[in-house]
Amino acid sequence: MPAVEETLDTVRDATQGAYKWGFETDIEMEFAPKGLNEDIVRFISAKKNEPQWLLDWRLRAFEVWKGMEEPRWPAVTYPPIDYQDAYYYAAPKKKDGPKSLDEVDPELLKTYAKLGIPLKEQAILAGVEGAGEVPADGARMPVAVDAVFDSVSVATTYRERLEKEGIIFCAISEAVQKHPELVRKYLGTVVPHTDNFFAALNSAVFTDGSFVYIPKGVRCPMELSTYFRINAKSTGQFERTLIIADEGATVSYLEGCTAPQRDENQLHAAVVELVALDDASIKYSTVQNWYPGDENGVGGIYNFVTKRAACRGKRSKVSWTQVETGSAITWKYPSCILQGEESVGEFYSVAITNNHQQADTGTKMIHLGKNTRSTIVSKGISAGKGQNTYRGLVRISPKASGARNFTQCDSLLIGDLCGAHTVPYIENRCMTAKVEHEATTSRIAEDQLFYCRQRGLSQEDAVGLIVNGFCREVLKELPMEFAVEAQKLLQISLEGSVG
Amino acid sequence: MLRIENLTAEVDGKPILKGVTLEIPDGEVHAIMGPNGAGKSTLSYALAGREGYEITGGAVLLNGQDLLEMEPEERAAAGLFLAFQYPVELPGVGNANFLRTALNAIRRTRGEAEVDAMQFLKLARARMKELSMPEDMLKRGVNVGFSGGEKKRNEILQMALLQPKIAILDETDSGLDIDALKIVADGVNAMRGPAFSALVITHYQRLLNHIVPDRVHVLADGRIVTSGGPELAHRLEAEGYAGVLHEAA
Repeated sequence: MPAVEETLDTVRDATQGAYKWGFETDIEMEFAPKGLNEDIVRFISAKKNEPQWLLDWRLRAFEVWKGMEEPRWPAVTYPPIDYQDAYYYAAPKKKDGPKSLDEVDPELLKTYAKLGIPLKEQAILAGVEGAGEVPADGARMPVAVDAVFDSVSVATTYRERLEKEGIIFCAISEAVQKHPELVRKYLGTVVPHTDNFFAALNSAVFTDGSFVYIPKGVRCPMELSTYFRINAKSTGQFERTLIIADEGATVSYLEGCTAPQRDENQLHAAVVELVALDDASIKYSTVQNWYPGDENGVGGIYNFVTKRAACRGKRSKVSWTQVETGSAITWKYPSCILQGEESVGEFYSVAITNNHQQADTGTKMIHLGKNTRSTIVSKGISAGKGQNTYRGLVRISPKASGARNFTQCDSLLIGDLCGAHTVPYIENRCMTAKVEHEATTSRIAEDQLFYCRQRGLSQEDAVGLIVNGFCREVLKELPMEFAVEAQKLLQISLEGSVG
Repeated sequence: MLRIENLTAEVDGKPILKGVTLEIPDGEVHAIMGPNGAGKSTLSYALAGREGYEITGGAVLLNGQDLLEMEPEERAAAGLFLAFQYPVELPGVGNANFLRTALNAIRRTRGEAEVDAMQFLKLARARMKELSMPEDMLKRGVNVGFSGGEKKRNEILQMALLQPKIAILDETDSGLDIDALKIVADGVNAMRGPAFSALVITHYQRLLNHIVPDRVHVLADGRIVTSGGPELAHRLEAEGYAGVLHEAA
């Protein structure tokens, strides 16, 4: 509860309405030639020194992709994307892996600083010796960071400490080299390379991302975190993230995104695959504030992401929490395939669209196993000319006896030029299953604002308070570090949207 | 001292207040009574600065400060408090969080130190006890699922915490049973003192048995038509507005 108070304080020094993370780092980049063809796929694979099976997999994906079309069913509009007019590989030029702070490009460190990566972790990212030790007074839970700077995961922190527990947390390109058997066993098993247009594209050209493996019975001792950031001009970013929680393992993973301000739209088509085995639990939290474009709808990120979890094991659990405040267009449905008996899927979402932003987001809960349960809580906030769609599927197969779903979709409208839409699909083929769906649409009422202001709150603070109240059920699912940032983002995203 | 001079205001282009003049010295409680449509609620919203209540003339000064020049939140910080006739629900916003945010917003503007969560709880608990409010009302959403009586008591709790210079109580008695009415009245009476004044807007004499006003004004058709001591309220109760208005005209 005091967090909202902090929110109000923090926001006071934030700049009015402007995108705070609009900066560009000037680092020497290494590019593949523009365009997309088989040679580019081979180039990327060769750059990464990949084994033949992975190259073959990429090439199969590319073949499939060529015959596919972009999905037209989302409620979003944008001009056609020229896939030949983009770079598919951009990496900061390496000087043999920086080992000390002096060797690290100072521009890169500045970028981390602007992103708000704590100084200590910057040092760790930069590989400064001894920086990775956990402070003795450590009241704060340490966060291990894997920063994806454009296409290459620059550094991974806290790795040693994690290694002691047998946890693998590294760039996926590194995992391909060091743990090929694990990657090969799980890659593409949750999101196949044929899944959809953007997933196929990602499978063909993914450049990096994070890989996590938590061994049997291990509870990951810290939050794992990735900062994604698109930096170079006209580079699509295609991360591939794979997280495996073995039997009885538990992990919480945080993903934060920012991108510099730019006029051109940039494509971001990531794939995230989660696998939870018996009694395993994965919590995946996202705070996404990619550049949303300006107030006239110029620029901004196209965020076309496929995220899916397989709850393969009995009593396994996956919880998605997302706070989506950025991107010009968001197309994203973090889903759960509830295979294992009594497995649990959760989806908590806040999506904000302001100015000309469009979001078509939701989830799919596929109940296959007996007594599987799922919970969906979606909060959509539309302001300006923003369009916000919740699209969700709850499917209960005939074998999923005793399955239960609860869905709650709430929409909040600010102003009268925006839109909120709810498209729930429910397919129940099981007599003993229970499915509940609740939906509301409301406005921030003038009387609510006046009531707050009469009690001394400024208009902006009042909006922040009301919006945070509206999103409370979702925000409380976020880890502490993220919750404060998310609340701050909510308010910043809506600045100037009232009055 | 609150001074209202020849205040005129309109809603949707329709004149409602047609020249209200009123002075409430520090330490006094005044009552405004009047028939439906006289402009009682418009007066309270106009004083608090609600959008849609357009001031077309006159002046309002609180201890010499021009209220009409201020935003609603600035008026609140200057010491004006409005107890709403229909308190508004804020789903998901915890009552404690809301009250503390409001208190600190006002304290900040006044240049006073903010209260932390512990100090606030202590403060709030003490006041709630006086108002016979169960403590779990702090945890619930602002006015969400509150009964009519609880909502009104919550308004009085806010007033007690924010310590305004002038409180406007807009039909605070409506929807209250006699016990709740007494609790609310006690809450207001406890605030009475040389630095506090109040404007009690009501239809009925009933509330004024518990909050005994220094002055009673009758508002009709956008003007104060007659004023008197507490006995005026009794006369209104006995004779109805028609008789009193007829005499005033």
